Amino acid sequence: MSSVAIPQNPVEPFLRSERMPHIWCPGCGIGTTVNCFTRALLDSKADLTKLAIVSGIGCTGRVAGYTNLDSFHTTHGRAIPFATGLKLANPELNVVVYSGDGDLFAIGGNHLIHAARRNVNLKVICVNNLIYAMTGGQTAPTTPGDVITSTAPYGTYDPAFNLPYLVEAAGAVYVARWTTFHVRQLAKSMAEMFQKKGFGFIEVLSPCPTLYQRRNKMGDGLDAMKFYKQVSKIKHGAPTSEVALSKSGEIVVGKFVDRERPEYIGTMNTYLEQQLGERYVEPHTLSDDGGCSGGELEVISCNR
Amino acid sequence: MHADPQGVLTGAHFLDGDHAACEGAIAAGARFAAGYPITPSTEVVERFAMRAPTVGGTFIQMEDELAASITIQGAVWGGVKAFTVTSGPGFSLMMEHIGYAAMTETPCVFINVQRGGPSTGLPTLPAQADMMQVRWGSHGDYEIIALCPNSPQECFDLTIKAFNFSEQYRVPVFVMLDEVVGHMTEKVIIPPAEEIEIEPRHFTKKAPKDFRLYEPEANQVPDMVKAGDGYNIHVTGLTHDQRGYPDMTPPMQDVLVKRLQSKILDNADKICLFEKENVEGADVVVVSYGITSRVAQRAVDQAREKGVKVGKLRLITAWPFPERVISEIAPTIKGFVVPELNLGQMVREVERCAGGKTRTVRVSHAGGTVHNPESILNAILEVAR
Ligand SMILES: Cc1ncc(C[n+]2csc(CCOP(=O)(O)OP(=O)(O)O)c2C)c(N)n1
Ligand code: SF4
Ligand SMILES: [Mg+2]
Repeated sequence: MSSVAIPQNPVEPFLRSERMPHIWCPGCGIGTTVNCFTRALLDSKADLTKLAIVSGIGCTGRVAGYTNLDSFHTTHGRAIPFATGLKLANPELNVVVYSGDGDLFAIGGNHLIHAARRNVNLKVICVNNLIYAMTGGQTAPTTPGDVITSTAPYGTYDPAFNLPYLVEAAGAVYVARWTTFHVRQLAKSMAEMFQKKGFGFIEVLSPCPTLYQRRNKMGDGLDAMKFYKQVSKIKHGAPTSEVALSKSGEIVVGKFVDRERPEYIGTMNTYLEQQLGERYVEPHTLSDDGGCSGGELEVISCNR
Repeated sequence: MHADPQGVLTGAHFLDGDHAACEGAIAAGARFAAGYPITPSTEVVERFAMRAPTVGGTFIQMEDELAASITIQGAVWGGVKAFTVTSGPGFSLMMEHIGYAAMTETPCVFINVQRGGPSTGLPTLPAQADMMQVRWGSHGDYEIIALCPNSPQECFDLTIKAFNFSEQYRVPVFVMLDEVVGHMTEKVIIPPAEEIEIEPRHFTKKAPKDFRLYEPEANQVPDMVKAGDGYNIHVTGLTHDQRGYPDMTPPMQDVLVKRLQSKILDNADKICLFEKENVEGADVVVVSYGITSRVAQRAVDQAREKGVKVGKLRLITAWPFPERVISEIAPTIKGFVVPELNLGQMVREVERCAGGKTRTVRVSHAGGTVHNPESILNAILEVAR
């Protein structure tokens, strides 16, 4: 949606202005992704009161702390199980997981594939800077071959994950990849994913000029944009098996997967209700007085 | 506040400790559990999986204990009371999230049915060897509360207590069973709901603009909110200010971490539960907890038959450690005898609190079975001499 004349930056209300300036380096792509995220929220007219954001640990993990939403900065790798509990306890919430490649795919990889398998209604945004940035630029499971990192001083030889392929195989219903060069497409894709029921995943390739690019003589943030522009190819529906990344080869972007699968909570409730009939009681949160009866205390037979 | 009758199976039952703990959790208002199977604790979540959909609860079997121990915390911030259950290696995997719960002041309950270790150790056999781990297992300075039931009835009662403490002080609370207590079947009386006192979650009454997530109220404990209520909270494991925003400075660390400690220690007298018997005029006092307290009872009775003046102190709360009662007894006796199913854990605390005023004799046991009462009796006789 094109912008109407609003005096302030329209994304400002989505951010905790009292926490600015942020910690990210000049030329870092994370801020760009946050702009796209707030754009997507604006465009999808999401009820912000019912939106929660959960991050793990890392430069990207700090996103939760800057968004003016119910926001949770959890532990390294565990944003997804935290988000799973949050969503299950309070299904009214729309829960977004916003974290880094290392957080989601190394230490948190097991949780990610299981949440995708269950098809929990979570929207995962993975900022992939191909590195562990927060800790100084170590090799990640996403780092392509022949790249210098602080723990691969002679270059990397560990094979990397192809994230869309992995996430599709695990069961996600929505899988897309963009770069921070593709801001309009990225915002649109996020908005589209938010409308979808089930486990959605967007990988955003994002520059880390301070660590990844500097060590590999790949220039600054602007050079990264030029690089993305040069090597990206939009191929919607591309087979995810064919979108693996390399150090300087083609970057296939686009929406790869958009399918339907039964979503976890709905399935659970319907199934249990069907199995239990009259005995089934739908889950509820604590009432405002902090009790667990959902308000009225109706005294039913206590001496069964 | 009274328990929600929907979750209370009032009546007399024959239950093992694991099942009784589950009923305690439900009676306390827990409507969410996440777990990963491990002997000898699995029965707790097996029962919860069966009961949950009939009481408006949710159970999810997670992919591991790292997940289970943080999933429950997500659920708590979503607005329910939640717990997880584990043993041995599973408990080791949960350590990081004990710290997260302590730091973010997320009220939640962990049930640990202790088995022999280290490592895979004795999967089906008892120990009491996680008593220091529960207190010190996560990095950094923090306080927790740990309770030690010695019967299925207490598994029920103390699990309710655990939830109540967790809401009152906003800390992770641990119910430390052992395999024997977990698997022994005895009579368990579940009272009517209106006789079960429940600590509600203390949701703030303040409007979002006046509310600070970590502004301490009475008892040094802040009020809570849940996600989705318009407060736009920020919760982080980083050192944070009263708004919950990261502030990683030595002064903020000092204020925050000291409050996390003092909100528990300043209330220790209210949290420390114990049973004292024949301590006045005693020469020897046997300090024990959990299943060992029942074995120790035999030794105490035998010693008394031999004319020894022996008293009994059963710790129900292990953490915060009941320092006061130990230091008060210490100067009045010849010595403490401390049997436990480990090679010497809580005995170190007894010794510390005795402060050199009396002897402290350990009766350790590597676990796998309970003590032979004779070993405890011999220690009593030796100290009484
Ligand atoms: C259990 C644990 N192990 C290690 C760390 C250290 N650590 C913090 S962030 C991070 C890597 C983050 O990488 P990524 O998720 O890609 O985020 P980025 O900083 O690149 O955005 C690591 C290893 C930690 N905080 N916790
Ligand atoms: S280190 Fe890299 S990822 Fe982290 S803020 Fe700086 S540029 Fe961004
Ligand atoms: Mg990274």
